[in-house]
Amino acid sequence: MSQPLQPLHAPLEISFDYTRSLGPTLGEFVTALAARRILGARASDGRVHAPPFEFDPVTGAPPAELIEVGPAGTVVSWTWTDRPLDGQPLTRPFGWALIRLDGADTAMLHAVDAGSSQRMHTGMRVWPRWGGPGRSGNGITDIVCFDPSEPAQERWSEPGPAGEAITMITTPVRLSYDHTVSPGEDSYLRALAQGRIVGQRCPACGKVYLPSRGACPVDGVPTRDEVELPDTGIVTTFCVVNVPFAGQKIPAPYVAASVLIDGADIAFQHLILGCAPDQVRMGMRVRAVWKPRAEWENGTHTIDHFEPSGEPDAPYDSYAHHL
Amino acid sequence: MTEVAVIGFAEAPNERHSAATTNGVETLVPIFTEVFTATGLTKNDIGFWCSGSSDYLAGRAFSFVSAVDAIGAFPPVMESHVEMDAAWALYEAWLKILTGEAEIALAYGFGKSSAGMLRRVLALQLDPYLVAPLWPDSVAIAALQARLGIESGAWSEHEMACVAAQSRVSAATNSRALVSGDEPVQSLLAKPYIADPLRAHDCAPVTDGAAAVILAAGDRARDLCERPAWITGFEHRIDSGSLGARDLTAAPSAAAAGSAARAARAQVAELHAPFTHQQIILSRALGLADEVTVSPSGGALSGNPMFSAGLARIGWAARAIMSGRADVTLGHATSGPALQQNLVCVMETR
Repeated sequence: MSQPLQPLHAPLEISFDYTRSLGPTLGEFVTALAARRILGARASDGRVHAPPFEFDPVTGAPPAELIEVGPAGTVVSWTWTDRPLDGQPLTRPFGWALIRLDGADTAMLHAVDAGSSQRMHTGMRVWPRWGGPGRSGNGITDIVCFDPSEPAQERWSEPGPAGEAITMITTPVRLSYDHTVSPGEDSYLRALAQGRIVGQRCPACGKVYLPSRGACPVDGVPTRDEVELPDTGIVTTFCVVNVPFAGQKIPAPYVAASVLIDGADIAFQHLILGCAPDQVRMGMRVRAVWKPRAEWENGTHTIDHFEPSGEPDAPYDSYAHHL
Repeated sequence: MTEVAVIGFAEAPNERHSAATTNGVETLVPIFTEVFTATGLTKNDIGFWCSGSSDYLAGRAFSFVSAVDAIGAFPPVMESHVEMDAAWALYEAWLKILTGEAEIALAYGFGKSSAGMLRRVLALQLDPYLVAPLWPDSVAIAALQARLGIESGAWSEHEMACVAAQSRVSAATNSRALVSGDEPVQSLLAKPYIADPLRAHDCAPVTDGAAAVILAAGDRARDLCERPAWITGFEHRIDSGSLGARDLTAAPSAAAAGSAARAARAQVAELHAPFTHQQIILSRALGLADEVTVSPSGGALSGNPMFSAGLARIGWAARAIMSGRADVTLGHATSGPALQQNLVCVMETR
């Protein structure tokens, strides 16, 4: 079977809402942000760092106390973003800036909603735009961005009363990828869509991998020789799933097993149905039960499950080295 | 102290959109073959393997474990990994040889930058509490650094464009490079900003690739290579992660690593500078005289395969010695935003 030019690929989205405990310094800083106050820390050399350091860059000691800085600041450097990325502070074009808040000696990174890059310049004065009620208590994003003009008097632009100490923030991470399969995986997946099981043999050791990997893990050489395999095999090891979990599609108890297809040298995981779970055993001979032809796709789920074939069990010695 | 030398180097073609997987196997197998053919070694001769790559780049936890298929790790091998450019994997391999636990080591790096959006993925190397939640991309960070230098007179947009133009001309001799050519500086400066004050030519291209370097100790190196590149200085240092608290127009960690490794002696310096202004910063930090040939491979601006580009700089610098073109060279690698962390490897003939 010839290799297609572009292997199968599909979007891969990963996301997680990380929760982060803050410790004493960042906790005090974040608690102050919720009250619309910005704090800095004075280092041993007298310089005020805003945001504060957790440990003095020279002595390593935590700050003795945090002091208020800003709220206004001066831009010490800037750039412009024409096409904001997912998660960035604004969805319309905006400037990034290093901002030295009044009273601080170091700069803070944040966004400036200047409207156009023509309005951005080093030395410009900027003021924080607070998120207001509903967007507060989660750290640096309590500041939506900085504005090039002093805010009009709004209820939530003035510092608020000190609230409860904040000890945790949530920092969601979402990343998007285009996942590409290897040539061997591509061959395996496309074959499944045709109702075939195809493995690949290593030219050095002769082992047949199913599904194929990028290279034989023993010899480190590509396994390009294709091997057509039957849809029968044996159970090498298995487990009975009794515990319900979120997203479970099959009612427990059911059996997840390592199925060693006849002619393959490694097993792959699949489902055993068609008998009571307590009848599944090592060495049990099984055959694939395919989904209806109209539902065949590039995936192992094209095989719905494996069921006992009724043939005598394979002797232990015949599969012991595959365990 | 045990003498250790680079005796082999191979680099995969730099690609903008590789069809390979994020676990690197397809890209690594050919370069392992290349470096084994060149040295006459086989996988069984390697006493220690060490890789550099990033799960964040791949979008998969433990993606580097899948890469081990390219080794053929049976019988079991001694292996390690760093979530960093493979230049640091080379450092670990060097230590392994110095401690007597191996005689021959192979460090490899790989990365498919095109799988995700690289400049967004790199936002995750920033302070996770106060900076990363804003998702500042790596190009914006570099642009902030570039402007600081321009406005303080440390460098100019013209000098930055000269770095890009020279990189492209040098890359014409590098069959692996992604970007090469002969575009005049004025033509480059006429292009629009992509992140004021950076233009496209100021930024390394998003690149997929891999690299491998073989180290050998003492007599083994002499047996395997006519002109080993002996490592005489190997140092790395790191600056504060607080972007607003350090002077971004300099790279103190590069200066400290370079000074400790005696970088100023190099005749050829391969610098891992993904942005034009960063090459200017590094040349100054390392104390490179005007006569020093900088990045004859074209450097990262011609191709920046993430997590192997730094290792490749060391490989190219070693090649200059192994081929007899120079007697003392250095390879530099960087990690983190705005040149936060820097590694210098000085090599020479004996």
